Amino acid sequence: MSEFIPQFTQQLINGLSVGAIYALIAIGYTMVYGIVGMINFAHGEIYMIGAYVGLVALTAFAAVGGGPLPLMLAGALILSAVITGIYGYAVEQVAYKPLRGAPRLVPLISALGVSVFLTNYVGLGQGARDVAVPALLYGGWSFNMGGTFAVNFSYSRMLIIFVTVILMIGLTLFIKHSRLGQACRACSQDMAMANLLGIDTNKVISFTFILGAVLAAVGGVLIGQATGKINPFIGFIFGLKAFTAAVLGGIGSIPGAMLGGFLLGLVETFAQGYLLSEYKDVVSFGLLILVLLFWPTGLLGKNTMEKV
Amino acid sequence: MSPKDVLHVSGLRMEFGGLVAVDGISFAVGPEEIFAIIGPNGAGKTTVFNCVSGFYKPTSGHVVFAGEAITGRSSHEVARRGIVRTFQNIRLFKNMTVLENLLVGQHQQVDNNFLSGLLALPRYRRMEREALAKALFWLDRVGLREFANRQAGTLAYGHQRRLEIARCMITDPRLLLLDEPAAGLNPQEKIDLQRMIDRLRRENHIAVLLIEHDMRLVMDVSDRILVMEYGRPIATDTPERIQKDERVIKAYLGED
Amino acid sequence: MQENIKSALIAAVLTAIMMLPIFGMHLEQEGLNLGLSYHWKWIVIACSAVFCAQLARPYVMKAFSGSSLLSLPALNPNQQRVAFGVLLVAALALAAFGSRADISIGQLAMIYIILALGLNIVVGFAGLLNLGYAGFYAIGGYTFALLNRDLGFGFWQSLPFAAGLAALFGLVLGFPVLRLRGDYLAIVTLGFGEIIRILARNLTDLTGGPDGISSIPKPTVFGYEMARRASEEGAQTFHQMMGWAYNTSHMEVYLYLIGIVFAIGAIAISVRLSRMPMGRALEAMREDEIACRSLGINPTGLKLAAFTLGAMFAGIAGSLFAARQGLVNPESFSFVESVFILVAVVVGGMGSLLGVIVGAILIVCLLSMGSDLAEYRMLYFGLILVVMMIWRPQGLLPVGRRHVEVAPGEVSS
Repeated sequence: MSEFIPQFTQQLINGLSVGAIYALIAIGYTMVYGIVGMINFAHGEIYMIGAYVGLVALTAFAAVGGGPLPLMLAGALILSAVITGIYGYAVEQVAYKPLRGAPRLVPLISALGVSVFLTNYVGLGQGARDVAVPALLYGGWSFNMGGTFAVNFSYSRMLIIFVTVILMIGLTLFIKHSRLGQACRACSQDMAMANLLGIDTNKVISFTFILGAVLAAVGGVLIGQATGKINPFIGFIFGLKAFTAAVLGGIGSIPGAMLGGFLLGLVETFAQGYLLSEYKDVVSFGLLILVLLFWPTGLLGKNTMEKV
Repeated sequence: MSPKDVLHVSGLRMEFGGLVAVDGISFAVGPEEIFAIIGPNGAGKTTVFNCVSGFYKPTSGHVVFAGEAITGRSSHEVARRGIVRTFQNIRLFKNMTVLENLLVGQHQQVDNNFLSGLLALPRYRRMEREALAKALFWLDRVGLREFANRQAGTLAYGHQRRLEIARCMITDPRLLLLDEPAAGLNPQEKIDLQRMIDRLRRENHIAVLLIEHDMRLVMDVSDRILVMEYGRPIATDTPERIQKDERVIKAYLGED
Repeated sequence: MQENIKSALIAAVLTAIMMLPIFGMHLEQEGLNLGLSYHWKWIVIACSAVFCAQLARPYVMKAFSGSSLLSLPALNPNQQRVAFGVLLVAALALAAFGSRADISIGQLAMIYIILALGLNIVVGFAGLLNLGYAGFYAIGGYTFALLNRDLGFGFWQSLPFAAGLAALFGLVLGFPVLRLRGDYLAIVTLGFGEIIRILARNLTDLTGGPDGISSIPKPTVFGYEMARRASEEGAQTFHQMMGWAYNTSHMEVYLYLIGIVFAIGAIAISVRLSRMPMGRALEAMREDEIACRSLGINPTGLKLAAFTLGAMFAGIAGSLFAARQGLVNPESFSFVESVFILVAVVVGGMGSLLGVIVGAILIVCLLSMGSDLAEYRMLYFGLILVVMMIWRPQGLLPVGRRHVEVAPGEVSS
């Protein structure tokens, strides 16, 4: 039993760090859903592109001589955020904006098309196989909690949690206090009214997509460091799981997405640790189905009734 | 309020989040009675409709239809028991023909056995013929026979209203809920509507629950009226007495 | 004009920035390190294309807005019947005169036609986006494989079970899930499809794991095997009984003809469905669910029936697929398959029988084309989905349904 606490703590750390990534991606889903009312199927692929761009940036830095590690990482994060943000913007302009007002199935299928396109676009550009990510952050903090098993809190995991928490605090403050943040909130509550009040809803929508992409990009860069490899298909699985997290926390609610992300990370890690690891995806999908069936408003979501 | 009442609503209350849309609404509709609910916009009239017809689940209160409690039952279950309704924004199947709208209305009464339809068995074909005949009958009743093959969405607004009512009636209901049926109609059409409602009550033996803003229509056609304001009842009485009721006059009485 | 050039320039620059890290700078694995190699060709091509497209867009929009260029006229019912007839004749001609390769493609086409018709009932008639449709396809295929491996069932004996089990899964999945709104339903069905695939891959004892189950036999003809020699002692093969000389291509033709028969059956069921009260109710439900409920129609019940029927079609297609391939494995039934079938339905026209049949044929042709194009295949499919939704969401061949009408004489009474 003395093994239990250290193992439990290890799972806790692992779960929170993977949950942080889910949370970053989930925010993108939930913001788009709250303002435009659609599920951005391609969001997972945006995350994947963020991972690749980050890796390319790091490799480019290394090729020109490198530099202090924090600078390189920060540079990669910023570059990836900017370029992936452009992707988010472009996808919205090309594939979703012309379809505003169409029956719900139509933008959904378009988003699916974008998702398939982007996956194979990266597959063609960078190859469909795994790409190994050189580990820039070696080691971590090991500590004993009794028992023979040493708990390892790797630096890359620390970075993930640290960056995520900072971003979330920043986002929350931004939404609450800035004009653009208030505009976002207004649009998510009543788009037509926001328009009448003079808010440029097109700008708000574009901003939402860009912001979601930026956060996903950060997640993508960090996950490369944590798992050591990326491939064009990570967007698919991660996207679905992040969406599960968004629904779990309450779709449309940003704090909900944060909460849902961490929660899902924990549930999945514990399931993987204590149950069979091949079925961890089944656990996540199963959880998604259960949540949508029995708890569609999620933990922090609002119950909206359809006006007859 | 007697046991013979078709509809009996008591203590109806509907809350949305923190907003109370309807509170303490009670009324009864007798057989073949025409009962109107009036009040300013936002008074909660359509909310009452939605609670009665099963589109909203009331926060509290009771709805009893023909002796059976239907509070909180879903809309299609309520409809199957004999309550049908029209909508403020006409909800026809605009891309289907007028005739097809009336056929869909009979969905619950037609043979729905998948296999017998697939193989076009005699029983199935007979029921289809009967459904067609019934649809034509109702088209004649509302005077829309000449539009039978037209797309429902291409009809004039007044005709669409009539079609919506015909579609309701083809389900053989006992209670008809009309949500602002006169909205958008010209004076002649309103007179025709009034006649139709009266005729439906007499010939088809239905009770009618009516939301309306046109006061002349309401006063002429209704047996009793409930006046609502801010979700609460102000008065329930016959048209003559409602018109003289001080509370009603104070709260709301539009142009006469 | 100024505005136009400016926006075209911006678009081109953005394209360049976006493509740079993905296409321009290729990650190369050099031992433990990563390097970059640079390719500018694609970036230049894409930027020029985007620039020209943006420049030309206003003119193109104006030119196309009035005319109905590239829009095929909707066929009336008689024309539809002729079209079906033409397709049938072409299919039979292929059986009689086609080469072995042609007939192989024909078999695949029949399978995809059945799949597309099934998905058409779910997406086109009932308006439900099922992204895990391949899951039912898998259940059909694996049922046949398992019944054959463990109980020795042949194609015809397994068929009712394959269809029935797939339908049952449709019922069980649909029951809780169909109340959900469109987007949620799509994701949940996607999850279901994935769960089926993961289970197939991991339950190795039951399903054979990633390698799947092989040695699946071809269908018999009224109990007679179609083979050079009977596998059982004393039994006659079909050819021996008929007094024909055996030819290996006969089995291919036989399988193809079975496919045609099933496809015709699927068409017939779809046609009857659209004319029945249930078909009318489905169309009404697609238009206005609330009005349906107010008339006593339970949308969930309708959706469930459509969903189950669609699943059954997929189960039958799965059986055919297993017979054709001789083996089933998890990767044959992945999400990518669901996308293929969806593309067939979307391109052809959701709800249009003729449309989805043509769509299925197009997909099979694309899939069978040379392998150098195969790499770009999925890229095109994604692009096709987006383009179709923006340009022509009703599909290439949206065929109007035959409306119930009263004879003109009876209209004025």
